[in-house]
Amino acid sequence: MDLKPRDAKDLCDAVAWAAAEGEALDIVAGGSKAALGRPERPGRKLDVSALRGDIEYEPEELVLTCGAATPMREILLLLEQRAQILAFEPPDFGALYGLAPEGGTIGGALGANLAGPRRIKMGAARDHFLGFSGVSGRGEEFKAGGRVVKNVTGYDLPKLVAGSMGTLAIVDRVTVKVMPAAAKTRSVLVFGLEPAKAVAAMADALNSPWEVSGAAYLPEAVARRSAVDHVSGAGASVTAIRVEGTAVSVAARCEALRTSLGTFGAVEELHSMRSVKLWREIRDVAPLLPDTSAALWRVSVAPTHGPAVAAAVPGADWFLDWGGGLVWLATPEAGDASAGPIRASFGEGHATLMRASAGLRARVPVFEPPAPGVAALNRGVKAQFDPRGILNPGRMFEGI
Amino acid sequence: MLTMPALDQAVLSRREGIVADLRAIVPGEGVIDALEERRAFESDGLSIYRAIPMVVVLPSTVDQVARVLKYCKQGNIRVVPRGAGTGLSGGALPLEDGVLLGMAKFNKVLDIDYANRCARVQPGVTNLGITQAVQHAGFYYAPDPSSQIACTIGGNVAENSGGVHCLKYGLTTNNVLGVEMVTMAGEIVRLGGKHLDAGGYDLLGVVVGSEGLLGVVTEVTVRLLRKPETARAVLVGFPTLEDGGNCVAQIIAEGIIPGGIEMMDKPAIHAAEAFVHAGYPLDVESLLIVELDGPRAEVDELIASVDRIARENNAVSSRISEGDDERMRFWAGRKAAFPAVGRISPDYMCMDGTIPRKKLAEVLRGISDIAKRHGVGVANVFHAGDGNLHPLILFDANKEGELIAAEKCGADILRLCVDVGGVLTGEHGVGIEKRDLMPAMFDEDDLATQMRLKCAFDPDALLNPGKVFPQLHRCAEMGKMRVHKGQVPFPDLPRF
Repeated sequence: MDLKPRDAKDLCDAVAWAAAEGEALDIVAGGSKAALGRPERPGRKLDVSALRGDIEYEPEELVLTCGAATPMREILLLLEQRAQILAFEPPDFGALYGLAPEGGTIGGALGANLAGPRRIKMGAARDHFLGFSGVSGRGEEFKAGGRVVKNVTGYDLPKLVAGSMGTLAIVDRVTVKVMPAAAKTRSVLVFGLEPAKAVAAMADALNSPWEVSGAAYLPEAVARRSAVDHVSGAGASVTAIRVEGTAVSVAARCEALRTSLGTFGAVEELHSMRSVKLWREIRDVAPLLPDTSAALWRVSVAPTHGPAVAAAVPGADWFLDWGGGLVWLATPEAGDASAGPIRASFGEGHATLMRASAGLRARVPVFEPPAPGVAALNRGVKAQFDPRGILNPGRMFEGI
Repeated sequence: MLTMPALDQAVLSRREGIVADLRAIVPGEGVIDALEERRAFESDGLSIYRAIPMVVVLPSTVDQVARVLKYCKQGNIRVVPRGAGTGLSGGALPLEDGVLLGMAKFNKVLDIDYANRCARVQPGVTNLGITQAVQHAGFYYAPDPSSQIACTIGGNVAENSGGVHCLKYGLTTNNVLGVEMVTMAGEIVRLGGKHLDAGGYDLLGVVVGSEGLLGVVTEVTVRLLRKPETARAVLVGFPTLEDGGNCVAQIIAEGIIPGGIEMMDKPAIHAAEAFVHAGYPLDVESLLIVELDGPRAEVDELIASVDRIARENNAVSSRISEGDDERMRFWAGRKAAFPAVGRISPDYMCMDGTIPRKKLAEVLRGISDIAKRHGVGVANVFHAGDGNLHPLILFDANKEGELIAAEKCGADILRLCVDVGGVLTGEHGVGIEKRDLMPAMFDEDDLATQMRLKCAFDPDALLNPGKVFPQLHRCAEMGKMRVHKGQVPFPDLPRF
């Protein structure tokens, strides 16, 4: 029998009961990331989708507080009315997981700590997560952080909970930082660069004073699948550099970038809707989705190391975001879906198996296996927050 | 008054042996034993609290740090880490029965990597030292606490330090990519690196701002930013505090995120002007410095918008900087605000709450009432963009009862900040200064959850005990589950 708490009080009771019984809870709100993580789902389903509550949105204070199960769609629409955004550019992985678009909740986005192309300039979900209230695996309600954008009172538990995939606490109410939306967006495209040269071009742009908010590289085969004709019809690899801001500023910065990037290859500009469309494709990994049978990897490394990760699996489809620091790879599911060569291709960084069959996710560590010292700390943290191991056990790491 | 953990007499009685053992780990001048030399470490930037450490250790290698911590753990000896000692909340206040672990010898820039826009440095490198190492190439490190000449990046990590540019560029936590850290058990761990995000639990995220309670940082990887093409500032005077506050709100509502927005109230304006002659208007109730930085085309456009918004909000004077000299002059008064206040008052105490910006006028009036009630003066400087308020409480410690009055005034001000929806500290940290006020913001379960995180890193509470948390609890005691089997499960909870 599933459980569906109506409010924070119910949630607290449910977790306290499960803790007493040692009953594992499989926590679900929007279900948009059900296929992310290890396939282990022991125990009882805890449907937290009713944890909505009022939205307290204060545009001038740059903060928004709401129930964790508030649909992302609703929040983005509300922000749009005041020309504001979640600056970490939360991806919509509906298509990636074969689901309807925009099915996620704010709690899910924070719990998975995902971010889009703007990560390099504005930070990830963790950087915009200011405070929350929730219930630990002990069945105790607690709060952390605050409702202001600058706060160092006590440990920064929102950072710890961001990306913990519901294994440390169930969050019922969250406060996030919001930012003004840019009036204009444009992209400068550079055609026909080899991967290493593209990373150098992206570094040149990111190291310029032109406040670049996106830097991605699509090899020719991947660029061909774009729905933006300037990209698909290029007949060459595409390196894309995005700038956002006021009309005057964007025009001036694009001009400067065209000049500096022109030394790397032929350049062209993408305006408004075309630029928006391209970055949405990159954000949502659209160019790698047509092959639904492939395993999808998301690898974060030092930007200059991106091409080496891509080269670790000959013949695989891939592209780079974050100036080279984020590698998306589609590999055949056979064996370990190239987990070995991918994880051996970098020293510092992490590879996450974002999409794969349940069988593969059972065989291969979905999240990067931590070094022994860090693994010990992880186990210690889990034991403190969830001593009975009832919150999404095994979802991230075996035994956690 | 402040209570610190009871002295461990067993440790104190072994003092000579401990000093000798530490000398075996850190040879030469790395162990400081003489009373007079130890006295140099008796306080940090919160100098009203002092304690002479049992012994001072200044390691110079990671291996030494690991061995010192392991030795201390085995011997049940408390350890207080210290950077430059510029912290304002007493986080580096020594313990009389503890080792003071100074990280000053870790002062090298290890690696500057422009292609990946980051630098790897040792924790004793100063905040400004990072910028100085990369500015010839047009880069800088963004967080800029006002102590940046002296404070170290290790201390910045411990305190999650801010500065005047936080709204646009973030605090330390948003600008640190990785650390190498030694746990109290002497384990060396690496969290993060040159890549982004954790890929597992974000332990780096909780280590930053943990005030030296979770581990000792031995290396830091920071994000480098390209210096903006230009910066311009506008200096605006308002007839009331409300007008200044409304102006800030409108700037942000119109989608402008300035590099810095600073506000000063009348006492602060007068003190600063008398000290540095920055040309501040004296007949206004609030003064704003709004600095825009970025590409020239954008800055020129937005500074005109800010000027317009200021006039729409009843500005009585507004001046846009022409050239860097004038911009620096606008800032000179604000940057000298603390010493300027030091000139008009024998002593001052700097508070550090954050409030929702819309409450500014209400809070400043409240602060004025609180100060009157306690018989002390107050001047206010305000990082207006992010709501971080620094009331400077003016008093004379030589006058009977004034220090206590000032402390009580400070506590009341911070409680007011929490009451209006803000927090106790925006960038200085809790340390010992705000430790006993934590219950104003967090209930018992909130604090227990935080302390349990500490238990995961340091179960014997040996690392910087007596800081941040008002009461020390044993981890074993806190580890107990409150719930019991057979409890009636939620009778009306819907199931389906």
